[in-house]
Amino acid sequence: MLLIECPYCGPRPELEFRYGGEAHVARAADPATVDDEHWTAFLFWRGNPKGLHFERWRHASGCGRFFNCARDTVSDVIVKTYKAGEPKPDAARLMTGTTP
Amino acid sequence: MSDGFRIKGGRIDRAKPISFSFDGTVYRGYEGDTLASALLANGVHLMGRSFKYHRPRGVLAAGAEEPNALVTVTRGGGRSTPNLRATQVELYEGLQAESQNRFSSLGFDIGEINDLAGPLLGAGFYYKTFMQPKGAWAKLYEPLIRRAAGLGEAPRHPDPDHYANRFAHCDVLVAGGGPAGLAAALAAAQSGARVILADEQNEFGGSLLAETTATIDDQPAQDWVRATIAALNAMPHVTLLPRTTVFGYFQQNFLGLVERVTDHQAAPPSAVARERLWQVRAKEVVLATGAIERPLVFAGNDRPGVMLASAARIFCNRYGVLVGRRVILFTADDSAYAAALDLFRAGATIMAIADLRTNPTGPGVDAARAAKLPVMPGTVIIAAHGRLRADGVTLGAIGEDGAVRAAGDLPCDALLMAGGFTPTVHLFSQSRGKLTYDEARQMFIPGTSVQRERSAGGAKGTFALAAILAEGHAAGRDAAQKAGFTSEAHVAPQAKGDIPVAGGFVGAVPQPKGGVKGKAFVDFQNDVKATDIIAATQEGFRSIEHVKRYTTTGMATDQGKTSNMNALAIAADALDRPLPQVGLTTFRMPYTPVTFGSIAGHARGDLFDPVRQTPIHGWADEQGAAFENVGLWKRAWYFAKPGETMHEAVVRECMTVRRAAGLFDASTLGKIEVVGPDAAEFLNRLYTNPFSKLEVGRCRYGLMLNEAGFVMDDGVIGRLATDRFHVTMTTGGAPRVLAHMEDYLQTEFTDLKVWLTSTTEQWAVIAVQGPRARAIIAPLVEGIDLSAEAMPHMSVKTGTICGVETRLFRVSFTGELGFEINVPSDYGRAVWDAVWAEARKHDVCAYGTEAMHVLRAEKGYIIVGQDTDGTVTPADLGMEWAIGKSKPDFVGKRSLSRSDLVKPNRPQLVGLRTADPGFVPDMGAQIVPVANPAPGSSAQGFVSSSYDSAVLGRSIVMGLVAGGRARMAETVFITRLDGAAAPATIVEPIFYDPDGERLHG
Repeated sequence: MLLIECPYCGPRPELEFRYGGEAHVARAADPATVDDEHWTAFLFWRGNPKGLHFERWRHASGCGRFFNCARDTVSDVIVKTYKAGEPKPDAARLMTGTTP
Repeated sequence: MSDGFRIKGGRIDRAKPISFSFDGTVYRGYEGDTLASALLANGVHLMGRSFKYHRPRGVLAAGAEEPNALVTVTRGGGRSTPNLRATQVELYEGLQAESQNRFSSLGFDIGEINDLAGPLLGAGFYYKTFMQPKGAWAKLYEPLIRRAAGLGEAPRHPDPDHYANRFAHCDVLVAGGGPAGLAAALAAAQSGARVILADEQNEFGGSLLAETTATIDDQPAQDWVRATIAALNAMPHVTLLPRTTVFGYFQQNFLGLVERVTDHQAAPPSAVARERLWQVRAKEVVLATGAIERPLVFAGNDRPGVMLASAARIFCNRYGVLVGRRVILFTADDSAYAAALDLFRAGATIMAIADLRTNPTGPGVDAARAAKLPVMPGTVIIAAHGRLRADGVTLGAIGEDGAVRAAGDLPCDALLMAGGFTPTVHLFSQSRGKLTYDEARQMFIPGTSVQRERSAGGAKGTFALAAILAEGHAAGRDAAQKAGFTSEAHVAPQAKGDIPVAGGFVGAVPQPKGGVKGKAFVDFQNDVKATDIIAATQEGFRSIEHVKRYTTTGMATDQGKTSNMNALAIAADALDRPLPQVGLTTFRMPYTPVTFGSIAGHARGDLFDPVRQTPIHGWADEQGAAFENVGLWKRAWYFAKPGETMHEAVVRECMTVRRAAGLFDASTLGKIEVVGPDAAEFLNRLYTNPFSKLEVGRCRYGLMLNEAGFVMDDGVIGRLATDRFHVTMTTGGAPRVLAHMEDYLQTEFTDLKVWLTSTTEQWAVIAVQGPRARAIIAPLVEGIDLSAEAMPHMSVKTGTICGVETRLFRVSFTGELGFEINVPSDYGRAVWDAVWAEARKHDVCAYGTEAMHVLRAEKGYIIVGQDTDGTVTPADLGMEWAIGKSKPDFVGKRSLSRSDLVKPNRPQLVGLRTADPGFVPDMGAQIVPVANPAPGSSAQGFVSSSYDSAVLGRSIVMGLVAGGRARMAETVFITRLDGAAAPATIVEPIFYDPDGERLHG
């Protein structure tokens, strides 16, 4: 079971969280102006990287807040969690510190 | 029988004799014995039959690695545990054990014919043999094989025991309580760290429990163990867990332990859990899991009486049991000499010590020579003889040219193998650590760590006692320091006088030219021979993972504990590649089998899943309602009177609602309070319908889409104030809807000032539906004008009912005049009782969910999740009216113009009027264009709702049909299981009171 650092509550067991898919996929301010191709990409196209993945989690059985998380899909190590709305961290800088 | 092989000494308690039975025969043992040691004391070596060839098998090892002596222990009340290792079953008074995998008795097993048919049963046998004729597999082969194969028999009755579950945190978890683990635990605890020390055996001490010559800190090793345990016990921050196996190493130093609490007791107290699952989060871990001795691979190495030298030494020194009187040793390792010396001192005759090495040296060899034991360097065992018990060997001399020549036979009653030790790296491997191959010593040892752990002692390939203790001590200090504890200056325990492991051999031992008759086993539990592995490589398997699956070596409960390295070495030799390049198979969790009971813990029976009950549940139960599960909720399904069938009850309930009225417990309805200055705008964006202009006191139906444009939920939304909405949703959808709303509120529409609160369980909901609804509630309601003018359909008012605050909705899911009384849950039952008392004056009934489904279907009201399947749009449902056309945006709006969502032939919701009014199709039945469609042709849709409507005197059916909305009056066919598809006409999905006159009464 992963131990996940909720940016609002601190470290809590994975049982308290729900996965929320890829992070930093912004909904257009005015979807009516988005063409089909870009709208399809927004709806359905998601990354599946081997390595660092930015994803959303929700502390569903805790504070209820959504937050973002950078996780290494190879080692399953959660490198960083941060509040929704904060900028996406630099991937290269994060990956240098994955091994404890 | 007499326990004639019992000798002096050992750690058993001779003051506490125990009688037990094995295959119905009663034997005697002592407290402290295992089943294996007690049977050996009685001269019983034959303890099982092998998996495939049904060969007679005896005990090979003395611990968790035992592959042969698997037994079933029964203890009454349906308790039956198969596949226990006799070497781990602690003896208690009255223990009943049975051998497994035999077709009449252990001594005579008809399955042994497989042994003679051996040439047909090699690797890949199943894949090759049972291919023909076609169809014979399912009918003939599989049932036969299933009967013959498999190990042990699953219990037939529910498990009467209970199991506990604990979560724990510690600074340092030490896995293994041998010398390294004890030294590590002591060092870490002395630093002040919270320590958990777990060991799978009943006593801590590991290999030291069988040690005779070594001293630690100038005292006998076993005295040091006793003193160390006493010191650890005296420290309140140390938790000692004997009989506890660390079986799994998961992410972030999360480990699974199972503690066997009562299995060793003759009469376990019923209040105590049989086993306890520990889920431990450790800051730091020390892996002191020891090492396992390897068998040597030669013909007949599986005969009862052939066992590991270390096991024979443990039986001798720890249990006071001589495994034989005329003993031959076959070794490539110095530590076997310690066994030879101990057995010799205990009275056994050492017939020979055949040493593979041409010039063995070391303290063990020297001591054996000094004791005049017959050391035979450069000697192999070519074959062991005997069927139910080893009775002799053929020796072979390794010449200077490396060739083996037969060198005569010797009799024996026990043959001990010492192929060196394999570090137990299972947990390290599970932690995702990378193993390193030690070329010189031919072993895999822990290399790069991935998690916060370190190995010590045998697990790391360290075998001299002084070095083991130093390493354990250092590991314990390091772990404590890394966990934040500054170590005080304690010194490591000092040891001397042991005969350490030195040397070893992997692979098949040298044979005379032309080979040897007889089977040489690599994996005893799975009956895999050296020739099977060679055959696999000859058939093209290159990777050890493939060899493993083809031959089954290293599989199942054994996980290759004794066999991995020999299998790998044989494969590497056959492939002529360096051993590490052939690879190593994955070590799977669990290290030893874990019961389902310990994993399930208390989550069984009534506690398997949480049960949600409404405040009115008790009333329905008293009325004899049948309940159905909706999510975790128990909902009243129908209220059958004595003698009524379900169908009769549902007909009566439906007709009563249409004629007079009915009461329905709608408390499970999902509810969310949406509050804030931007509440209306928020709902505008989350639902297709417009809410800005909804007046206070009025309700509106809301349809919720996901971003892809598909219907995900619906419900009635009431406006209580300009900034406050009472939002309802499907019973099962409430958590999903709240998560969806929170998602958009927190991450997309962050500009909106809105607060969301789940209120599902705060309100009890009593639906009163039918022409008499107003008359029923009127005497109870205060402060609300119930007239049709003041309170029309789709309105909500606050006031009191029976003196309790209420949110009173005028809404209908039946098509009748209806109210839904929301009262705080604590008052739900009292208000229900009052309404029921009033309702009885009007000759009405309570109705359940089945009648509710029929009533709503008569009106064509959809149920999301039944009439939709996650790919249905509002237009597919004919519900374009629910879309607020002037709204610039709402979730899902943009997707509704995607090309796929506007194409003409989409499945659309329609009504289906069956030609035969008595035909009620199965829900899920296929809709096809002709009565007898060609096999393989596509269906045009399926039935989503189908009921017998009493008020209409015929069936009512809804379904999703391709292009259905444009196909009114067309005839289609609905499949049935009992005959040809039956015709039906496509109609509008509304069957009763199409103009809605009854709603507005």
